[in-house]
Amino acid sequence: MAHGLGRRKFLLYSSAALGSTFLIKGCATPTQNSTETGSGTQGEQTAAGGGDTIKVGILHSLSGTMAISEKSVVDAEQLAIEEINNAGGVLGKKIQAIVEDGASDWPTFAEKAKKLIDSDKVVTVFGCWTSASRKAVLPVFESKNHMLWYPVQYEGQECSKNIFYTGAAPNQQIEPAVDWLLENKGKQFFLVGSDYVFPRTANTIIKAQLEAKGGETLGEDYIPLGGTEVTPIITKIKAALPEGGVIFNTLNGDSNVAFFKQMQGAGLTPDKYPTMSVSIAEEEVRAIGPEYLKGHYAAWNYFQSVDTPENKKFVEAFKTKYGQDRVTNDPMEAAYIMVYLWKQAVEKAAKADDLEAVRKAALGQTFQAPEGMVTMNNNHHIAKTVRIGEIGTDGMFKIVYATPKPVDPIPWNQYVAETKGYACDWSDAAKGGKYKM
Amino acid sequence: MTVFFESLFNGISIGAVLLIAALGLGIVFGIMGVINLAHGELMMLGAYTTFLVQNAFKALGEPWFSGYIIVAIPVAFLVAAAAGLALERGVIRYLYGRPLETLLATWGVSLILQQFVRQVSWVMCIQIILFCLLFFGGLWVMKRRPDFERMRQWAMVVILPLAAGIALVCGTILGQIFKLAVTKPWFGAQGVDVTAPGWLRGGLPLGSFQLPFVRLFIIALTIICVVGIYLFLLKSPWGLRIRAVTQNRSMSACLGIPTQKVDALTFALGSGLAGIAGCAISLLGSVGPNTGQNYIVDAFMVVVVGGVGKIVGTVVAALAIGLVNYIIGSGILALMVSPGNPLFDFLTFFATTSMARVMVFALIIIFLQLRPAGLFPQKGRTVDA
Repeated sequence: MAHGLGRRKFLLYSSAALGSTFLIKGCATPTQNSTETGSGTQGEQTAAGGGDTIKVGILHSLSGTMAISEKSVVDAEQLAIEEINNAGGVLGKKIQAIVEDGASDWPTFAEKAKKLIDSDKVVTVFGCWTSASRKAVLPVFESKNHMLWYPVQYEGQECSKNIFYTGAAPNQQIEPAVDWLLENKGKQFFLVGSDYVFPRTANTIIKAQLEAKGGETLGEDYIPLGGTEVTPIITKIKAALPEGGVIFNTLNGDSNVAFFKQMQGAGLTPDKYPTMSVSIAEEEVRAIGPEYLKGHYAAWNYFQSVDTPENKKFVEAFKTKYGQDRVTNDPMEAAYIMVYLWKQAVEKAAKADDLEAVRKAALGQTFQAPEGMVTMNNNHHIAKTVRIGEIGTDGMFKIVYATPKPVDPIPWNQYVAETKGYACDWSDAAKGGKYKM
Repeated sequence: MTVFFESLFNGISIGAVLLIAALGLGIVFGIMGVINLAHGELMMLGAYTTFLVQNAFKALGEPWFSGYIIVAIPVAFLVAAAAGLALERGVIRYLYGRPLETLLATWGVSLILQQFVRQVSWVMCIQIILFCLLFFGGLWVMKRRPDFERMRQWAMVVILPLAAGIALVCGTILGQIFKLAVTKPWFGAQGVDVTAPGWLRGGLPLGSFQLPFVRLFIIALTIICVVGIYLFLLKSPWGLRIRAVTQNRSMSACLGIPTQKVDALTFALGSGLAGIAGCAISLLGSVGPNTGQNYIVDAFMVVVVGGVGKIVGTVVAALAIGLVNYIIGSGILALMVSPGNPLFDFLTFFATTSMARVMVFALIIIFLQLRPAGLFPQKGRTVDA
């Protein structure tokens, strides 16, 4: 462009750009509103009328890389809120959900958390998925002494007064899975993971546990996040376990697909090399293809195939609201029950905005969840049943093992030297988030 | 002996994946000199095409389903080639000779394509078609007026927001009426499932070692592609023209070669090869919006190491990198040294897949220090310093 951009042309283009921005904005606003729940928009009208609603915040990524996982969690939370509202609400008031988008960006999460607390004056927030996003909002909730409910299984080593964790702590997913494998599948393990903090932490725990219980770690290997070339790993597995053995898989995302596809091609079949995964649930099974996963295992607290009347109701309600082809999974169920646990705590405290009272009332709450009975412990984590599922051709899990009763959560890991002997108890002000047992 | 054979086969099979991903880039970047960062996304389009073909064949039932991959390859080639053609005609041809702008523009295109497959739904599809019809149709009508040149800018200012507005409003209304049926994304942000047909899923057992059929298939496909490219470039009249244009553009134009057509064809060919590569990698790895990102760096690495402008360099470089990657990553080197040796600790440290990558990159940097133009540098007067 030798002649450059003249003043006139500049005016012309900028006005065009401005005009189209307005147009796009004008069109975008109604859709944004419709992402809030039906109950939300109803609530807004009633709020203007008399203020008989209770505002809660929902803070998840609705855009960016995490959107696909977190969107389904939002769906589950909105389903729970709708059910509660249809049954008469909390303390006679309707719940109004204010949905904010964390955009898979951790600073945005912190900013939106501030907005929900300060300008929307919500009484609690349901939100976050990745540990990074939780760590980003943690200072916000602690400095404002507010309340967050977090629904995803995570690596533990945290116990905040201001967060209630309804996903599994490591002792409610990884450790029982290792125990079950030792008992049923063999003592020789190979650990495969993506190269970032969660798999490395998890593998440290697993190695310590194997050593304590008479198992053997014959090798471990890490693939960079998103890496798809697993040939060297397969060679190593074969060299380390020529007669077969157990593979413990903490891979995440795309690498999982490559791993299972190439494992099958190389002749590592589930009868000789059973693989236990901790990040493959119903949705991931569909993306990888059940043909490749058939016969392998996963450990969770909840599967869509759990046989309880509560779960039948939950799955049916979810499919009716969001489409018959949708599936439910563990984080979604945890998100669903945390809304109910919060509701029960508010009802016990008899007011929603006295957070200290609600926190106190939440401890000891029990709920007949789709996964079975859950109890909020004094360490702000919940006791949950642990299950091992075998993947079938239909992409669903056949439950091969379930703990006879719910397992109590241990947030501070007892296999890791730095946190061994520590625990957390919020019912006693003297003990708090981390005390020596 | 088995170890040697196994290493060779595994190294070649990693190399074949690298090669098939880099082959199209070898043409686009190597021969045309266009830095196309959207190459990975063209592969992704090929992979998604495979997914669609697979689903179409699933509906037909079993005897047909086994053969879907044979149909998917040419279809993926055509889809990616068409996308590449549109990219060349729409963006890149205005940027020849300006590598920095090309780099940024193609990176932008790659982001657009990624978001496109995440979000595309019937509503979005209708909106885009409607916008294109209104905008380009409107321009076409305006062009027929004799005083078009004078009012060109005003026409743009009026038509662009008008077309965009109508398309958006129509989309929103459709979304409100039909709800989920039209607003549901076709693919979504999570990957889709491409399952190899039954005959590609097992492997050929050779003692303790098994040759996966998928790998054999990809090696065969890569060989066919390389041979095909060679024959096309060296034996066909269009291949001759391509070589002529890349060697001396202005002289070729003087001799009556339609250089613009040659550019478009070359780019489409390179893109089509990316489509085939996408089809191949869908058998091995995941198919999702980020699929292309996982391969683009490797593809550039192969082309640069091989020597820009030489297909034979790309072939040799891909195989060499594949072998080195496998030998370091699988820890075979570490087994050859006795445990007491100080070298042993060094080698075992690098014998994880992610550290092997670090090592390979380090070796490549050292290699490029010694031979900056790659394995097979271009020689002769035409090479610009």
